This record gives sequence, structure tokens and C-alpha cells, in this order.
Amino acid sequence: MDVLARNNVTLAGPPTAQPMVFAHGFGCDQNMWRFVAPRFSSSHRVVLFDHVGAGQSDLSAWDPERYSSLTGYAQDVVEICQALDLHDVVFVGHSVAAMIGVLAAAQAPDLFARLVLVSPSPRYIDDDGYVGGFSHRDVEEMLDSLDSNYLGWSTAMAPAIMGNDERPELGEELTASFCRTDPDIARQFARVTFLSDNRRDLATVTTPTLVLQCSNDVIAPTSVGEYVAATMPNATLRLLDATGHCPNLSAPQATTAAIREFIGADISAGA
Amino acid sequence: MTSSSGEALDAFYEALLDDDAEQLYDRAPCGYLSTTPDGSIIKVNQTFLTLTGYARAELVGRRSFVDLLTGGGRIYHETHYAPMLRMQGTAREIALDLVRADGSRLPALVNAVLERDDSDAPRVIRIAVFDATDRREYERELLRAKDRAEASEAHARSLAETLQQTLIPPTPPAIPGLDIAAAYRPAGDGTEVGGDFYDVFQLREDNWVVVIGDVRGKGVQAAAVTALARHTLRAAAIGHPTPSGALTRLNEVLLLEEIDRFCTVAFLQLSRAGESWTGTLCLGGHPQPLLRRPGGTVTAVGAPGMLLGVVADPPLPDLAVPLEPGAVLVLFTDGVTEARADGELYGEGRLRAAVTADHQTADAVTQAVLDDVMRYQSGWPRDDIALVTVRVPT
Repeated sequence: MDVLARNNVTLAGPPTAQPMVFAHGFGCDQNMWRFVAPRFSSSHRVVLFDHVGAGQSDLSAWDPERYSSLTGYAQDVVEICQALDLHDVVFVGHSVAAMIGVLAAAQAPDLFARLVLVSPSPRYIDDDGYVGGFSHRDVEEMLDSLDSNYLGWSTAMAPAIMGNDERPELGEELTASFCRTDPDIARQFARVTFLSDNRRDLATVTTPTLVLQCSNDVIAPTSVGEYVAATMPNATLRLLDATGHCPNLSAPQATTAAIREFIGADISAGA
Repeated sequence: MTSSSGEALDAFYEALLDDDAEQLYDRAPCGYLSTTPDGSIIKVNQTFLTLTGYARAELVGRRSFVDLLTGGGRIYHETHYAPMLRMQGTAREIALDLVRADGSRLPALVNAVLERDDSDAPRVIRIAVFDATDRREYERELLRAKDRAEASEAHARSLAETLQQTLIPPTPPAIPGLDIAAAYRPAGDGTEVGGDFYDVFQLREDNWVVVIGDVRGKGVQAAAVTALARHTLRAAAIGHPTPSGALTRLNEVLLLEEIDRFCTVAFLQLSRAGESWTGTLCLGGHPQPLLRRPGGTVTAVGAPGMLLGVVADPPLPDLAVPLEPGAVLVLFTDGVTEARADGELYGEGRLRAAVTADHQTADAVTQAVLDDVMRYQSGWPRDDIALVTVRVPT
């Protein structure tokens, strides 16, 4: 199994510089980082990838069992780091990939120097005393949304998804296949994402962590960001001057500046 | 004539004057909103208010577009629609459910564009909202139909597999004093039941029958004939002392049943005499099996006979085939010789070459021939392949 092909890993920046691994969330692919990742490629080894099932990943590597929980995705992150022989990794994960990073750091703590969790949520569904922001019904509705929206183009898109070996230029890609994935896989990923509960994993990870939180984030409300930062032993919360769930798109400069400040700062162990 | 054309012109001007920009906007046949780049509603048309039941003052400056969506729609908006709009500048035909002022749902199709200013910074988002109530119901019906079709396909596939397994015995029985092996590969991806079959069964002590056949066509109807042929031959083999007798009986049954399908069968009756065996072979339109003698010479054996299920009393000669220790007899269906690569047939020549090679077991011979044919057609057989190899141990 070629891990780098499986996850469509793309590399930029000086090979010997400190690695930064950027992980995208549900609904898109590594394009989510297009306004942020390039800003680090002069100072860091920038590693981008697509989760299996998303973007230009190898769909034949999809295994319902392996990807029945976020642990399988976290295993992929660890395998990518090992395949590239990365150490001292700064992991930057958006949305559900923030939790994937937490799980990866729990699996292989020695690999990671810092975690940056952009708009994280350890649980999306409300629970006794915990406000995740959504009900089970909301998640079912979202799956319906996926179905209705895939209906129009899933068949037409299939050839582009299945048989595209070389990576087309971004412009072409945007018009043809922007952030489009196999519908069945997306459905399962949606289920795994929005039904996951990783609150207990937070406390087990001592890696220095930055939580980036936007205002008016309907997917991961501010109270959830605060919960993550308060529960992780070594995390700080940073409120971004940005609204919505995707500051990597809506406020790339503020996002970049906050990450740069965090990874530039000297955080001694236990701080 | 003149007066009616004058009236039409008047109506034209009247409509033109009446349809000013404001009316074009407010009474457009779709809901229309403008929002800031983060979604705050700054302008909304009357059609949208009518569709959703909100008052303008409840929305403008107070709500975001995403606030008007269902919980599930909000997730979809934030994970798909908003990123797409931000990166691509447009989003088209997005299916979302809006929540009306009274809490009911409005299934909608949404188009949006993101306007940027001269410095390329996002300035305003314009959103057109179309009532898609009927369309959504139609799509749901499509989805249900698709689910039903998939379930039904899975059911048919499992039926085909079950049927196939009943037609092809997994391994031939062990026969004292004889080494026997068989193989079967369905055409293509194996989802359709094929018409090839084989059977090996005992008549009495040291007396066995090997049958290989090919019913014309594929699918369930061919499978029904295959099952009929196989069971008829088993029954007929008991009452008829010669292979031609059994094949004649099968021919009668096929004609009697008025089945519009013919088949070819090679029927081999084997009798043991010490270390050697004697075969009596009858070919009902079937390709001649290849016999490899202990020295290595390969010859086609059996006298060609008429295929079955076409005419009454077809010519079906029996022919003796002596099988001394070391002899190997390979029976096959035309899926072997008629395998194609670039329009060229695999043919009897290649099969002879594969059979000529010296192998120590019937299984090794079968496997070598099968591998060769599969390789020839790049692992994707156009037609079913059936092979039975009989070898007399030395």
C-alpha cells in the first residue's frame, strides 16, 4: 500500500524544515487549505493530503470497517507521517480533522510537536448538560441534504472521480470537480463525523495545542471551543476575528497569523 | 387587423412601463437575497418574504441566511455550500430546506454568486431561492426507486450465484483408479448465470460417467435448460447402456418440452479394466476432447455428432477411446477455443500446445489450460469456460 498515493499527499517547502501537516474536514479536500498552507511553504515543510474518499484519494483504499470511526482516519495521519519520516510535526486540522489530529496524537504522541485545532468539536450532538449544537434529527436531515445534492451530479461526476490520475490545474479542477467525493463514502464520513464523541480523548493528549475559534460558528459554537481548550491539559484558546466555520477560507490572514504566532512561540513542556 | 395590432402594441408599452427595476426585483419569480460575505441579510425581495412568511424587518440586518436553514441544512451550508462559494465564486442548484416563519419547511433550490471588489475582497453574496417542493418530492421518489432497484439487483445477483452453484459441482468426486479434475469460469464478472455445465457420477462399480455441456445462451432461462439437461442425463444414463442412447433421450426431452434452446454435450462413459480404462464417447454437437497419450502425442477424439434439441433422431455415433495408464483426456467447452484477443481466436492449436505439456496430475493439467486461456484474454472471459480432465495414473 502506497500511503502517499492513497491519501494524495502533496508536498511543498524545504524538505529539512519543520513539517506542518494540514488536514481537511468533512465536505471538501486539501483545497480547503489553499489560502493558508502556501503562506508556510517558505519556512516549513508543508504536507497536504486528502482523506480516503475525498478529493483525489485512492477510492479503492476505502474500507468501511477501517473508516467506521475517526480512529481509522487518525491511523492514516500517523502512517503519512511515518511514510515521510516526519518528526516534530505541527498538525493543523480543520473541523472534524481537528479531532482526527487529537486521536493521532493519542496514538503516536512522539510524532507531534504542536496541534492546531481549527473550529474543533469533540461531539456535535447535544448530550446531558453538554451543548454540541445539534440533535440527532439535524444529522438525519443533513444526510438527506447530502442525498438531494448528490442526486443531481453523482452519476455525471463519477468518471471524473474514478479515472483521474494526474492532477489537473486548479482552475479546471474548480469548475469540474471542486470538493466532490464519492456519495456513498461521503455519507459514511458524514455519519462518522457527526455521530462521533471524542470528549474523553481530549484529556489524554498533552501536546501543546492551539484552539482557533470563530464567532457565529454554527457547526462548532464558541462554548464548544472553550470546552476543548479547557479539557485538553496543554491547550490555549484563541478567538479569531472571523465568523462562520471556515476561517481558513473566510479569514486566511488572521488564521495564518494566529498559527504563526503559536508555532513561533517557545512553549516549554508543561506550560 | 390594424386595430388588433394597435392594441397589442399598447399592451406591450404598458407592460414595459409597469415593469420597472424595482418590480423586476420585488416580484421576480424567485426569492432573492443579498448578504454580506459572512451571510448577514442586507436586502430581500417580496417573493422571498411571501415564500417564507417573514416580515422584511425580521430579516434585514438581523438574520443570516444560514439562520434560515434547518439544522441539517446548516451543516451542509457550512461544509459544502459556503466553501464552494468562497473558492469558486458561485454555487448552483444547491438543495436546501429553509424554515418558514411558522416553522414549516420550504424545500428550495439555491443559486448564489459572490461579488468581489476591485481588490478581490468579497463584497456581497447574491442568492436566488426557488421553491422546489414538487421537485423534491419527485427526487425523493427517484431515490426510493434507486434504492429499490439496488435491492432488487442484489437479490437477483444472489439468486444467480445460488443457481450457478447448483449447476456446477464444486469438486468432482474421487474415483478409485482415476485422477479427475474440473474447472469453471463464468463469463465477464460472473454476475450472469452461464449455460456451461459438467457432471461426474457413478453408474456402478468401476463404471462412471463424465458429462460436459453447453446450453446456448445465458441467464435464468438457459440455466433452467442446463438443470434439465443435467438431470435428464443422470436419469437417462441408468436406463440406456450407451452414451448415444442417453443423448438421444435428452434430445427427445428437449424437443418434447418445446424449449427454444439447443445444447451441445460430450458424454463419456468410463469402464475400468485393471490399470486401464475404456471410454465410450458420444458428442452431441460438442467440440472433440483432446487426448494426450503417454508418449506426448495429442489427438482430438470422438466422432462428431449432431447438436441436441433441433431435429428428431439426430446422428449420434459412439466411439471407443482406450485410456491406458498415463493417458490424459481433456474435455472442454467452446469458451476455451473461442476465447478472443484482438479479434483472434485462442483456437485448438493453442489448446493442443497447453495439453501437450507434461503434468503429473489432472489438476495441474486443468490449471495450466485455464491459466493459459485466461491470460490469453487478459483475465476477462467473454464466454463461460468449463474444463474436465480425466487422467489414468501410471
